[in-house]
Amino acid sequence: MELLIDIAKVIIIAVAVLNLIPVLIWMERKGSAYIQDRRGPNRASILGIKLGGFIHNIADVFKLLFKEDIIPNKAHKIIYILAPMIVLGVAISIIAVIPFAAPVKIGEYVLKFQIADLNVGILYILAISSLSVYGILLAGWSSNNTYSLYGGVRASAQMISYEVAMGLALISVIIYMGSVRLDEMVTMQGANFWDWNFFRQPLACIIFLICLFAETNRNPFDIPEGESEIVAGYHLEYSSMKFAMFFMAEYAHIVAGSMIFVSLFLGGWQVPFLPASVLQGHLPLLLAVLMQATIFLVKVIFCCWLFIWVRWTLPRFRYDQLMYLGWAVMVPLALINIVITSILVSR
Amino acid sequence: MAFYIIAFFIVVPAILVIVSRNPVISAIWLVVTLFAQAALFVLLNAELVAVLQVLLYAGAIMVLILFVIMMLNLNKTSLKWRAVTGERLILGLGAFYLLAVLSFVLWMISTGPAANAPAKEIAGTIEATGKLLLTKYVVPFELLSVLLLAAIVGSVVLSKKQKVKET
Repeated sequence: MELLIDIAKVIIIAVAVLNLIPVLIWMERKGSAYIQDRRGPNRASILGIKLGGFIHNIADVFKLLFKEDIIPNKAHKIIYILAPMIVLGVAISIIAVIPFAAPVKIGEYVLKFQIADLNVGILYILAISSLSVYGILLAGWSSNNTYSLYGGVRASAQMISYEVAMGLALISVIIYMGSVRLDEMVTMQGANFWDWNFFRQPLACIIFLICLFAETNRNPFDIPEGESEIVAGYHLEYSSMKFAMFFMAEYAHIVAGSMIFVSLFLGGWQVPFLPASVLQGHLPLLLAVLMQATIFLVKVIFCCWLFIWVRWTLPRFRYDQLMYLGWAVMVPLALINIVITSILVSR
Repeated sequence: MAFYIIAFFIVVPAILVIVSRNPVISAIWLVVTLFAQAALFVLLNAELVAVLQVLLYAGAIMVLILFVIMMLNLNKTSLKWRAVTGERLILGLGAFYLLAVLSFVLWMISTGPAANAPAKEIAGTIEATGKLLLTKYVVPFELLSVLLLAAIVGSVVLSKKQKVKET
């Protein structure tokens, strides 16, 4: 029985995340169009139904599926094929420890809306996301193209630098909350929005968000694929579904990153002013869970929109500016934040 | 059973690290070995060590190693057969000595009283490990951090010197 519930959780959550990807791609295209005062995608249609350009995603899927799959002659074939799988697999497996709703008691059994309740919690996310560099680095190396290699090397340097600041920002949150388990952290933040961590740990929140942008290789930090310098970076030689996997992984990373950010700083599944005990006491259990999951999804989509918004607003950093920001601004700020937090907590 | 499956994923990639001719490929096999070791730590209830193993060894250090290999552009042709010289013979003898010592220790453990004692339940959570580090093992812990600080200062000094020479 428990195994069945676990399998159901894995399938439902993974499918839900994969289905957010086309929504995000649509948001990116339409949003960028409105930001730049254009109409955006509005041509593809099925029997005249356009769904505001959403049908373009379906057309894209067919195009990518039926395109010729080219593997360069001098590429290292096994690694070339493996690299996109690593990138996408890592991006999706980050989601395993994120709680989607408050745990529900059905008789004796406590149903947790979380795939894996690990006692290392947030450290699991850091550990798994540190593996995502391999996909990019190996894709860049195995393509046997100088531009690709540049992209891979840039990505690895950037991700390692920003992982440091990210971990340090998290430490002050962990000190403040006294726990590393994500479900406990969300429960402790409570239902009032002034108790959420973005209010209580503003500096850590900002540093974490900036590092999240760097980890997902999104625009102000997208030098690994900077078109004007190195064409397309690490996925230059990829075509067809292998390219699609990189494309999907980028959006899966955004979804996973937003979920982490929401759980840590925006109160996760907490409905504002309605604590889990009130919800579960006055509403049918299913409705309470649905309400929490919906509010979680709303927060996640807001964060995803933030990613898109920033991408179409800010220009790209230069490489030395990026390294300066990472090591000389973010790391010292995070360290100062740790000192302040530990003084406040020990008082 | 789980132990033997994990052990297989540790030992076979470890052999492949030495056997593969392409340095990048052997670095990747090393990542697989380190990742499998993390699984072994989970089996021993040491979750924190497992996560740190993935985070630091598989995640950070191996990325730097791969990074350096790609920067130096080592490939198959730059590795050549080498002749047996006196120096290498001494190194080989040293390796054999280490092997002998290790196998002797293993033999001692497997036949000694420790082999028959019941395995102690280890609490590998963050709380338990943290408490041990800051109470019982606080002196070695702090000494280690001083050692790391010295290493950081050393690397900063080394990289500073090179910059002065260039300009």
